[in-house]
Amino acid sequence: MRFVRYVAALAAIVLIWWILSALFGGGNILPDPVQAFSAFGASLGTPMFWNHLAASSGRVLLSMALAWAAAFPLGIVMGSSRKVDAWLAPFVFVTYPVPKIVLLPVVLLLFGLGNLSKVLLISLILGYQVLVAVRDGVANLNPRYLDSVRSLGAGRLDLFREVLVPAALPHGFTALRLGTGTSVAVLFFVESFATTRGLGYLIMDAWGRLDYRDMFVGILGMSLLGAALFEAVNGLEHVLCRWRRARIR
Amino acid sequence: MIQPAATGYRKDSESETVLRADDLSKRFAANGPGVLKSVSITVGGGDTYAVVGPSGCGKSTLLYLLCGLLHPDAGTVRYRGEPIVRPHPEIAVVLQDFGLLPWKTVQDNVALGLKIRGVPRRERRQKAREMLRILGLAGTEDRYPSQLSGGEQQRVAIARALVGDPGLLLLDEPFSSLDAITRERLQHYLLEIWNRFRVPYVLVTHSVEEAVFLGKKVLVLAGRPAAIVEVMENPGFGDPSYRDKKTFHAMARALRRALDRAARGE
Repeated sequence: MRFVRYVAALAAIVLIWWILSALFGGGNILPDPVQAFSAFGASLGTPMFWNHLAASSGRVLLSMALAWAAAFPLGIVMGSSRKVDAWLAPFVFVTYPVPKIVLLPVVLLLFGLGNLSKVLLISLILGYQVLVAVRDGVANLNPRYLDSVRSLGAGRLDLFREVLVPAALPHGFTALRLGTGTSVAVLFFVESFATTRGLGYLIMDAWGRLDYRDMFVGILGMSLLGAALFEAVNGLEHVLCRWRRARIR
Repeated sequence: MIQPAATGYRKDSESETVLRADDLSKRFAANGPGVLKSVSITVGGGDTYAVVGPSGCGKSTLLYLLCGLLHPDAGTVRYRGEPIVRPHPEIAVVLQDFGLLPWKTVQDNVALGLKIRGVPRRERRQKAREMLRILGLAGTEDRYPSQLSGGEQQRVAIARALVGDPGLLLLDEPFSSLDAITRERLQHYLLEIWNRFRVPYVLVTHSVEEAVFLGKKVLVLAGRPAAIVEVMENPGFGDPSYRDKKTFHAMARALRRALDRAARGE
C-alpha cells in the first residue's frame, strides 16, 4: 500500500510536469519528463556527469561530516552543562538568526575560492541546526536517567557514552535529515560560481548555453543527490537508533 | 515467580550495622527552606525500612543522601563504616521511573553497572542473564524497556540492582506508577526477593499498606523541614499472607493515626 501511494505521488508529479512543459514552449524550453529522463539516462554513460556528481557529493558529504563532528559533541556539552551553556548560548542565539549564506563573500575572502570555502559554508549552516537540536534535546533529558546511571558508580565518561550520546542521537539525526535539503540548496548556491565542477555548475552552465536538457540533467542529479542523502541519514539512524523502532510485541 | 539460584549469595549477620546516617540536614538554596532536619537512621543486616510521608516531604531527598547522589549540609552517612561521598558500588538504587535506559536492551540495562565497574563483556552478560532467569524474566533479554509492561520494567530495575551483589538496596517509590493489581504483586515479589537474598533495604513510599507490608521498621517523615517523627516496629513483617491478618490492619490503622498526628503538627 505504501509502495502504491509512492507510485501514485510520482505519477502525479510527472503529470503536472508534463502539463507545465506543454504550456511553456511545448518541450522546447521546459523539456517534458521523457526528454529530461532520456537526457539524464544518456548522461549517465558519460564521465562528465559522474565528475560533476562526484565533486558535489564529495563537498556535501564532507560538509555534513564536519558539521556533525563539531556540532554534535558541542551540543551535548551545552545541553548537559549549565556552566558551559551559560557562556555559549548567548553567542549561539545571537548568531543563529543571521542568514549564514550572506557570509559567502566573507568566507570566500578568508578561505579562497576553492572547495574549503564551499564546505565551510555548508557545514556552518548545517552545524547550527544540529547544534541547536542536540542542545535542546539533551537539556530536556530527564535528569533521573543520569541519576540512575550515576548511582551505578558512573563517571563523566560513562554518562557521556551510556546516556548523553544515545539520548542526543535521535535529535541529531532529525536535524541532519531536515538539513539535507538545506545542504543541497546551499551546495547549489556555492557551486554556481568560482568552480567548473559540480552539479550546481552544470545547471548554471547549461542554463547559460540555453541547453535546457543538460540543465535538467543537473536538476535531476541534484534532486537524486538530495534524496540519496535523506535516505542515507534515515538508514544511519535506523542502524544506530534501533530502540526507536522497538514496539510492544 | 522467583527461580532457585545455582549461585550462593552473601548473608550478613543480622546484628551488623550496614548503613548509619547521623543528623542529616539538607537545604537546596543557601537561604532557602530546609528540606530535611537532623534525620538519623541505622540499618542493620536483617533490617528492612519503609519511610512513609506525604508526596514532596523530602523522602526522595533522604534516599539521594543515603546513596551519595546528594551531599548533606550537615551530618554523615557511613556504609560499613566507610563515609559515603559518592555512589558506592555495594549500594543499589531502584527509582520510580527512568531507571532503565530506553536505548539499551533489557540484558544491557541489567549489565550496565557491571560494565561501568569494568567486568568483561562475557561475564557481565552471563550474570545479567542468570539474574533475569532467577527473577522470572527469562526471554526478555533482547527486548527494549518500551516493549515491557510497567511491572516487568520495575522487575528489570530490581534485577539490575541485584546483579551487582549489593549490600544495601534503596528503593524510591518503586511501584507507585503501577496499577493497583501489579503493585500488590510486585510488593509480594520484593518480599520473596528479600526472603531469598536477605539484602537489607530502605523503601520510600507514600502508601500506608505498602509500608506496613514491606517494612520491618516503619519511619514517618513529616514537617518542614522534614524530620522522623515516629519509628514503628512492625513485628508481623515477613509473612506473605500478612495482608490478610488482623495485625496488618491494626498496624495500618496505627500508621494512619501517626500520619494524621504528623500532619496536624503534634
